Amino acid sequence: MTSRSSRLKVDTPLSGGSGRFSGHILGLKAGVWFAGLLVAAPLLSLVLIAMTGNPSVLGYTLLVTLPMTARDTLGLLVGVTVVATILGLSTAWIVSLFDFPGRRILSVALAMPLAVPTYLVAYVYVALLDAINPGFSLSAHWFGAEWFPTGLASFARSLPGAALIMGFVLFPYIYLPVQSAITRQGANLKDAARLLGATPYRVFTTIILPLSRPAFALGLTLVLLETLNDIGASDYLGVQTFTVSIYTTWLNRGSLPGAAQLAMGLMSFIGILLFLEHRARGDRRFAYQRQTRPVSRRQLRGWGAIGAVTICLIPVTIGFLLPISFLIIQSVKRFEQALSADVLAGQLASTLAFSGIATASVVILSLIVLVTLRFFGSLDISLAGKLATFGYAVPGTVLAIGLLGPLAGFDNMIANLFRELTHQRIGLLLMGSGAALVIAYTIRFMTIGIGALGAGYAKAPKSLDDAARVLGRSPGAVFSEIHWPLLKPAIAIASLLVFIDAIKELPATLLLRPLNIETLATYVYSEASRGTFENGAVSALFIVLAGTIPAIISVRLFDQRPIKGF
Amino acid sequence: MGIIALCFLTCSYVTSFAVAAEVNVYTARELQLVSPAFDAFTAATGIKVNTIYIKDGLEERIKAEGQNSPADVILLVDAAKLITAKEMGLTQPVSASSLEKAVPSILRDPAGNWFAVTQRSRVVYASRDRVAQSAITYEELADPKWKGRVCIRSGQHPYNISLFAAVLAHMGADKATEWLKGLKANLARKPSGGDRDVAKDILTGICDVGIANTYYVGIMRNSPDPDQKAWGDAVKTLDTSFAGAGTHVNISGAAVAKNAPNREAAIQLIEFLTAEQAQNMLATLNFEYPVRSGIDANATIGLFGPIKADPLSLSEIASYRKRASEIVDEIGFDQ
Repeated sequence: MTSRSSRLKVDTPLSGGSGRFSGHILGLKAGVWFAGLLVAAPLLSLVLIAMTGNPSVLGYTLLVTLPMTARDTLGLLVGVTVVATILGLSTAWIVSLFDFPGRRILSVALAMPLAVPTYLVAYVYVALLDAINPGFSLSAHWFGAEWFPTGLASFARSLPGAALIMGFVLFPYIYLPVQSAITRQGANLKDAARLLGATPYRVFTTIILPLSRPAFALGLTLVLLETLNDIGASDYLGVQTFTVSIYTTWLNRGSLPGAAQLAMGLMSFIGILLFLEHRARGDRRFAYQRQTRPVSRRQLRGWGAIGAVTICLIPVTIGFLLPISFLIIQSVKRFEQALSADVLAGQLASTLAFSGIATASVVILSLIVLVTLRFFGSLDISLAGKLATFGYAVPGTVLAIGLLGPLAGFDNMIANLFRELTHQRIGLLLMGSGAALVIAYTIRFMTIGIGALGAGYAKAPKSLDDAARVLGRSPGAVFSEIHWPLLKPAIAIASLLVFIDAIKELPATLLLRPLNIETLATYVYSEASRGTFENGAVSALFIVLAGTIPAIISVRLFDQRPIKGF
Repeated sequence: MGIIALCFLTCSYVTSFAVAAEVNVYTARELQLVSPAFDAFTAATGIKVNTIYIKDGLEERIKAEGQNSPADVILLVDAAKLITAKEMGLTQPVSASSLEKAVPSILRDPAGNWFAVTQRSRVVYASRDRVAQSAITYEELADPKWKGRVCIRSGQHPYNISLFAAVLAHMGADKATEWLKGLKANLARKPSGGDRDVAKDILTGICDVGIANTYYVGIMRNSPDPDQKAWGDAVKTLDTSFAGAGTHVNISGAAVAKNAPNREAAIQLIEFLTAEQAQNMLATLNFEYPVRSGIDANATIGLFGPIKADPLSLSEIASYRKRASEIVDEIGFDQ
């Protein structure tokens, strides 16, 4: 196939299956299918569970539960979207296009709220506002109860409160990819626009924002999915989301099939949303080449600098500094009854090990999917690739329940076979070893891996591939010489997002970990669950720290100047 | 042929694990509450206890693991969960005279599939300063005199579903729905938070009374954290009962797993948990009531007095849970 035709129709495979690459191609395609089927397994198992259900449960839910949860669910989604979008876009814009004292530190600090799990921040804010509350109660006592009828703590435990709290920890999902996208857009278009007299605001809305759309879409998708699938924070803050109803159906009404039906419904809703976004984006391409020089940041001084610092400092304070201070204070208070160092080290080690292995596995599989799509994309492959991004669309526990069947089925097959052959019991291979956990994380976070890497890949123009191919480079050489250097920042951001999410992950960890293994998150949960969440403060602090360190490294990594020559 | 193979498998299964000095516990109870008892068990018997804490989905995991599941002992909170585990075929009957002696018959499965280990009652907390009475009925909570004065966690929380199921069993569907609407109308804030938040909100003046489990008061009052101590000290537990009946009580309990590889050790552990030493430990650790009779001198009874359990059977209450959960949604209790 000539590069000419592939230039005309960008998605056409570049090399077909000819010659010495056919082996690699087959391997790559098998890799994509593996990723797709891995994600499909628990979903299929959920469909099977759903099909055993009594349709009356679904009917009841549609008639009674859905109308009731619709208001809170949509309200929360809209609220979190507004908060996270305002915070994410404004900070990304300021940090990438302006220079002011403390910019570098703030650009890192703005990623930090991601390291604080939403359920944790919900507990912290109720506790924090309660701590201020007695003052208000006192004033209520003096001035009459109607002045402060329920106090600040009740504000946290309300729909607007929940939306604010969640928005302030989820906005970095938007900030990170958009900031990275703006930095890598280069200066040409912006400079041209500025020369033609456009205001910074106009440049932002007409050039930067549209060019950052894939990055923004990815970030917003993650924010929405996190919100929709959250159970810990919503439940504690008394927000009745659809996901809370899925749990109610399962646990209080004893209907797992009913819960599975609801989860499938939720997934279809999410699928439609994603599809609509994709279609709206249409055939537009977001590649830009010839970044002759990096984006130049405008120096801010005086009030401008103070304003920029303030805008960046507010989300950092609310989403990170306050919660982490609270955790530190609680940890110090409980220093004497804190966990022994070796128990804590054990929790930390298992957390890091599971998250690290899962991150590597997500990044490798995502790369395989994207590379294969780029070079040899055909209908079946893009279908399998799409499939691989569905793990995040299901609430964690529901996904884990769906995984139980396939994992334990596999384990039992091996165990029975082994026993037949050797008369020995080997136990459950995947469930007993923690491999189940890595598989669950991989399935759940592949959405993030493919999304973040894909957003990075979209910036490498296809014409580069074509040029290199015309010059006789093999797909392998195109990848290693052109894509790889361009992809490195995207890999850093994908690894960061996946790793932090894996550290925080709770429901699948709780359900699928082996005996005698406790991660930081499961320990914090067990304390929270018996109503003594402050006792888990030390472990909670370590969750945040474990997420903070890679965040600092990654931000530093992709904050560096764009690669020379492009 | 198949039967021979099966027998062969079962035999090798039994022989290869009969000697193992360990027992695997799948627990929906937080380990912080049960580990000290497990340590005492290991000290007494030399049997190592392996544990996994799973809150939701524990039953589904054991079911999926099937015949190769390592689960020996299943610890669950709420009688309804134990009953469901038996119905799902996850447990096996055990007949041990020591267990039958230790656990009163109303607190265990008639066929020996599960045994209660601790009991807890769900009562009304009241402000020490603003509420004079020392006893109350659940029925009274729907009385308009409490308007704007009641706090409670989510109506869909298992503790509340169990209480509402008991209300349904006592009053019938219509009256129970009216009662729940009345309770809803009396709430000072939207149902949210946990049981400790009820005490906290009583201290801060958001409400005067609230529904919560007794043991939290013990935990809070004995907390090294002065804030928590203040919450605990701000409230008293009222002598709460259904009109003409008793207090709503639920249990945590243990079962031997269907495919337990260490069945004997599993039974030993449950026997240990219901024996004197562990019963005292569990009661002291979490201020729950022991199930074994004759254990009087413990902190729980000192705080709350002896238990006066509702005569309604736990399995009857459990049968009303689904309907209770539906009514909570239908009247928009959590809205």
